Amino acid sequence: MFKTLAIGAAFALALGPTASLAAGGEGHIEDFAFSFEGPFGTYDQNQLQRGLQIYTQICSSCHGLQYVPLRTLGDPGGPGLPEDQVRAYAAENFSVFDPELDDDRPAKPTDHFPANTAAGAPDLSLMAKARAGFHGPYGLGINQLVHGMGGAEYIASILTGYTGEEKEEAGAVFYENTAFPGGWIAMAPPLWGEDVDFADGHSNELHHEAQDVAAFLMWTAEPKMMARKQAGFVGVLMLTVLTVLLYLTNKRLWAPVKGRKSV
Amino acid sequence: MSGIPHDHYEPKTRGEKWVESRLPIIGLMYNTLMIPTPRNLNWWWIFGIVLAFCLVLQIVTGIVLAMHYTPHVDMAFASIEHIMRNVNGGHMLRYLHANGASLFFFAVYIHIFRGLFYGSYKSPREITWIIGMLIFLAMMATGFMGYVLPWGQMSFWGATVITGLFGAIPFIGEPIQTWLLGGPAVDNATLNRFFSLHYLLPFIIAALVVVHIWAFHTTGNNNPTGVEVRRGSKAEAEKDTLPFWPYFVIKDLFALGVIMIGFWAIVGFMPNFLGHPDNYMEANPLVTPAHIVPEWYFLPFYAILRAFTSEVWVVQFASFVTGGIIDAKFFGVLAMFGAIIVLALVPWLDTSSVRSGRYRPMFRWWFYLLIIDFMVLMWLGAMPAEEPYASYALIASAYWFAYFLIILPILGVLEKPTQPPATIEDDFDAHYGESAAAADAAPAE
Ligand code: HEC
Repeated sequence: MFKTLAIGAAFALALGPTASLAAGGEGHIEDFAFSFEGPFGTYDQNQLQRGLQIYTQICSSCHGLQYVPLRTLGDPGGPGLPEDQVRAYAAENFSVFDPELDDDRPAKPTDHFPANTAAGAPDLSLMAKARAGFHGPYGLGINQLVHGMGGAEYIASILTGYTGEEKEEAGAVFYENTAFPGGWIAMAPPLWGEDVDFADGHSNELHHEAQDVAAFLMWTAEPKMMARKQAGFVGVLMLTVLTVLLYLTNKRLWAPVKGRKSV
Repeated sequence: MSGIPHDHYEPKTRGEKWVESRLPIIGLMYNTLMIPTPRNLNWWWIFGIVLAFCLVLQIVTGIVLAMHYTPHVDMAFASIEHIMRNVNGGHMLRYLHANGASLFFFAVYIHIFRGLFYGSYKSPREITWIIGMLIFLAMMATGFMGYVLPWGQMSFWGATVITGLFGAIPFIGEPIQTWLLGGPAVDNATLNRFFSLHYLLPFIIAALVVVHIWAFHTTGNNNPTGVEVRRGSKAEAEKDTLPFWPYFVIKDLFALGVIMIGFWAIVGFMPNFLGHPDNYMEANPLVTPAHIVPEWYFLPFYAILRAFTSEVWVVQFASFVTGGIIDAKFFGVLAMFGAIIVLALVPWLDTSSVRSGRYRPMFRWWFYLLIIDFMVLMWLGAMPAEEPYASYALIASAYWFAYFLIILPILGVLEKPTQPPATIEDDFDAHYGESAAAADAAPAE
């Protein structure tokens, strides 16, 4: 048994690498503490709502969320807005093209967040899973076992990683950023601190804003995280019971066959 | 070689006799389930069940996923997100399927290395081994094509790199590549045929698995001593064996349970750990990722592929004698496939008369080194193709070939093996003490 576990661990050591190489990965990623980390971590509903507000008021002017259905804002394990608020939010903030009307109309909960390619900015629906914040040691990705993949940390680190330096290259402006691989990003600093006011009076310092919107983007990337962890927990528990029973059955079954040394 | 003597199924009721005289299927199932199995099998022998489980898991989850997936370049990526967000339980199905592939390869590698250590490939089990290698190849093809289906960045670029390998074959490479892709580049035609083949191949694997089992049920299982079961009489055989049901079914199910706990924890708590973040970006033929990395289970062979660059003297030599027909790229392809071919040929490369590594004092160390080598190659496959990794990869690749082509043939001559036990019964009793039942000469309860 121990041998099986030992080789399991040895393989796990060897498995890490694929998970470990994102886009170069030289940037400095701060290990923000998120509520959803670890096997029992959950989303903080208020934080997701604040993040939604930041996304809507700031990021949505450049970035889309094309894979996220608006109705899921009301789903359990997410921002959890009441149904009427989802409807109002969709209609007030977004309009979509309706082929039947051959015209734009206000968005409905059944629509998705619109795509947005105007500024050449990437879609953010899956950004928190498309980047890994942590890679080491030696590119083995083992520290992801401890810290998680670090996608949300990466996003928050980008938003707080601007140094204020700018440069122009081939007619485009780049901004120095300590988290971005290569060090220069084409996105102007979107957050400065005190960019939005929260109804719940939560702090709107840069660090908090960055963390809130990063948490929201983790949810857009992995909306079923809480259901998944619950299934994981229940499954592990049931399998453990089943395995213990099988262990006892097996011991009993073999006892007469095995000799005295084993008794 | 006739099978191990054991009780055969006798139809008793009229109904059983009616069926059995028309189709001996109950007898077949009985003989398969009650097959005499060496009683000293250790825990390394449980991975067959794990693999059978993986195949069923992948087929069942895969069939449901296919109901919701759209194999079209404009819709594939979005249809995966549809599965993740809208399909009931879709996110669990997909994570089970994606991580199920990893469990499958994890188990197959242990299964293969178990065979390598205990000499399970040796006469008379060569056909079992070769069928196993065919299963392994079919698994690699299935895994590779499956990874293309989500149509993410790594899907697209992985497919481009790997199908590009065929383009490296001199003269006929490019037509072959075009034929495989269904066009000049990875595109909608490629995605469609990969989907079709990804659905087909698991059923071919299932058929091969049946043949694999048929073959080793004919020769009997190998066991940690490598000593064959005595076949003189049923009574003699029964001292060395126990029926598969219930002894090994329950033992294997317990082991499967332990492995499933780990597997379920990965699916539930860190389902993306073994995947590549870039695959959460839709495929874009215009943007090449910084590093193109295959899934972890291909990394050792990917490292061997990349190890042979034009700076390596063997490659320069090969290029020189063939008048440039074998260039570095083609050499790498040959090395990668060669790495699997030497593995398949091991029944004829190993010259030792002793089957199990337990009784081969020198062999063991070279074998342990091979395992380390495999892991190092796996790590190097994920590293950028630059120094010092390139040199490490060359050394590690060289060891892989040396093990099969030089060390195994020579060891058989040089090594002085220790004495294996005379019978499986001896080995079992030495470990557990003489069985209470046998000592009292009373039948076991
Ligand atoms: C003025 C337009 C604009 C706004 C507003 C904006 N972004 Fe961006 N964003 C961009 C552009 C352009 C890029 C591409 C940068 C590059 O690749 O160099 C980008 C890239 C990103 C990236 C990806 C970095 C990477 O690793 O490729 C993230 C994450 C991101 N933005 C988050 C945000 C968040 C969160 C907000 C809201 C707080 C936001 N952006 C607001 C224009 C914008």
